[in-house]
Amino acid sequence: MKYLTEFRDGAIAQKLAAEIRQMTTRHWAIMEVCGGQTHSIMRNGIDQLLPSEIELIHGPGCPVCVTPLEMIDKALAIAALPNVIFCSFGDMLRVPGSDRDLFRVKSEGGDVRVVYSPLDAVQLAVQHPTKQVVFFGIGFETTAPANAMAVHLAKKQGLTNFSMLVSHVLVPPAIDAIMRSPTNRVQAFLAAGHVNSVMGFWQYPPLASQHRVPIVITGFEPLDVLEGIRRCVRQLEAGEHEVENAYERVVTFDGNRAAQALLEEVFAESDRAWRGIGVIPRSGWKLSDAYADYDAENRFDVSDIHTHESPECRSGEVLQGAIKPTDCPAFGKQCTPRTPFGATMVSSEGACAAYFNYGRVVQLERVRVRVHA
Amino acid sequence: MDEWACPLPLRDYPTVVLGHGGGGQLSAELVEHLFRPALGGDDPPPLTDSTVLTLPGTRIACSTDSFVVKPLVFPGGSIGTLAVHGTVNDLAMSGATPLYLTAGFILEEGLPMATLARIVSDMGRAAREAGVRIVTGDTKVVERGKGDGVYINTAGIGVVAANVDIAPRRAQVGDVVLLSGTIGDHGMAIMSLREGLEFDTTIQSDSAALHTMVAALLAAAPDVHVMRDPTRGGVASSLNEIAQDAQVGIQIHEERVPVRQEVRSACELLGLDPLFVANEGKMLAIVPAAQADAALAAMRAHRLGGNAAIIGEVVADHPGMLVERTTIGARRVITMQIGEQLPRIC
Repeated sequence: MKYLTEFRDGAIAQKLAAEIRQMTTRHWAIMEVCGGQTHSIMRNGIDQLLPSEIELIHGPGCPVCVTPLEMIDKALAIAALPNVIFCSFGDMLRVPGSDRDLFRVKSEGGDVRVVYSPLDAVQLAVQHPTKQVVFFGIGFETTAPANAMAVHLAKKQGLTNFSMLVSHVLVPPAIDAIMRSPTNRVQAFLAAGHVNSVMGFWQYPPLASQHRVPIVITGFEPLDVLEGIRRCVRQLEAGEHEVENAYERVVTFDGNRAAQALLEEVFAESDRAWRGIGVIPRSGWKLSDAYADYDAENRFDVSDIHTHESPECRSGEVLQGAIKPTDCPAFGKQCTPRTPFGATMVSSEGACAAYFNYGRVVQLERVRVRVHA
Repeated sequence: MDEWACPLPLRDYPTVVLGHGGGGQLSAELVEHLFRPALGGDDPPPLTDSTVLTLPGTRIACSTDSFVVKPLVFPGGSIGTLAVHGTVNDLAMSGATPLYLTAGFILEEGLPMATLARIVSDMGRAAREAGVRIVTGDTKVVERGKGDGVYINTAGIGVVAANVDIAPRRAQVGDVVLLSGTIGDHGMAIMSLREGLEFDTTIQSDSAALHTMVAALLAAAPDVHVMRDPTRGGVASSLNEIAQDAQVGIQIHEERVPVRQEVRSACELLGLDPLFVANEGKMLAIVPAAQADAALAAMRAHRLGGNAAIIGEVVADHPGMLVERTTIGARRVITMQIGEQLPRIC
């Protein structure tokens, strides 16, 4: 419990911010990869403590935001089927598909249920043997082990009425893709500590070295994020590009080997489409051949899906750090959390939703926050 | 079951059947043997379809609310206690002394009679403890699958003293914002019982009638401007509504808002903000700065207000908005939620 208060100490936060201000000599663009970090930055107002030269770019690490529209539409189609119990984490329910969301499907009679663990969905399959129970397995490496365990247990128990709609995405290929982009502006990364608690960070040194980019692994409390920024700025000012672990209380170099072994058994690497970004090679996981029977895409005929993305939504550019949310003409006008065009305006971790609130602060304080160099 | 005056006829029906809402013999037995003994108090009124009441004051407050909570029984209360406390508190927040309640039941066919007995027993006890009388009611039964066991509607009537003027529009720049205790207890108690979610500690609902604390508050600080019980939508929604109604800014301080450690941990786990989680036994009060200390002392002296705190102030900046000073010294706008809070994926 003390972790919650220890890493929110206002005096230490001010001291760290002062150190960052002191060492900053020029503009630096730092991307926080994970939506949880974005949420922490906005929730605590961390960006307000930083010098105007530090630009925080919100990365693609909101699992809700990057789940491709086609996958959302497949989820909607399956959830609407009779005799199906469709299980999902809560924040997927409001994400707009081509013409509706899971809340709408539920209101129209679909049996859509919010669960807190994929294992709850397996339990539902045990309790309802005459129903097909489908779990929407999305997320980064953080949520993947529990999802893998759910499929593993379903197979072990011989359940024939459980399947998973899998759309897992991986962080290292996304970092690589961002650095390779001709429009890239990112100069350092705050890596997502939860992902690294599972995967370790043995994949990161080649990325840092190849792209000459500092990568600092951080947690999600205000002091974690500020310390991560401090270490990034120190490296940038010194011209270094190392991988640093600023989340040692949780993350080790090797990560959780048992979880990694389970992931290797249940999942196989695949090319994966990211909503608003496009296909990134080998950036996702699908169920491995040994578990193909548990793939909801195989069990239900959802191949004939035609998607329709709002032409006005520029969330893809936001996710890549190419534009800030307020650069989008629809931002705060046609597109609000109440009437979202894209997932980035829906999820609490989405950059557009975060900026929607943040922009109001900026407006009321009449200060100019520097976002571009 | 112990509460039944004459259990024999009802024992023939261990669950609610459609006939219990049909207006015939079964309906009459339900009212006579279960509702009336539980809800009637020491001097049971006739429980007819309407009642003539004698009101001692000239200013009358009335309120109605419906209760659809799942699960029906939870640590610290049940839908029965909520149905009384909710309406009592709605009346109390306008400065009224609650006197009478009505009770409308929508029962689902198949509901175990023992569950219903527990709920109305809770309800009767809550009403007696609060000093209000349940004077009339109604029962309907819907087919199995068309309800969640029990829905209860309560309406309430109270009287308001001549000098009391409580309204959101009265919030003024310079006022202070008081909160009577820890937030999020009810919402997290309910959530901890929902399927698949188990915590190591049992979080108790804070369900309680607040009108005696209101009376103590008004005695100590007669010029209270606004009172509100932050139920669904939590403290954040209540303060946003007040800010918008009065077109003032409200600023609160994160470190001053009392939250139990177990509630904070559960919220962290699920990615929920305690400011938006429901309460059923807490109140906000906005009072002139000159009466703030007296108001706080009155709250703290009451058995329901031991953790009361001054959490913020009404400001001239950002009219219509709620802003929080975070623990690290920054500011964030707290907006209204679009709908229910949804647990985050990770």
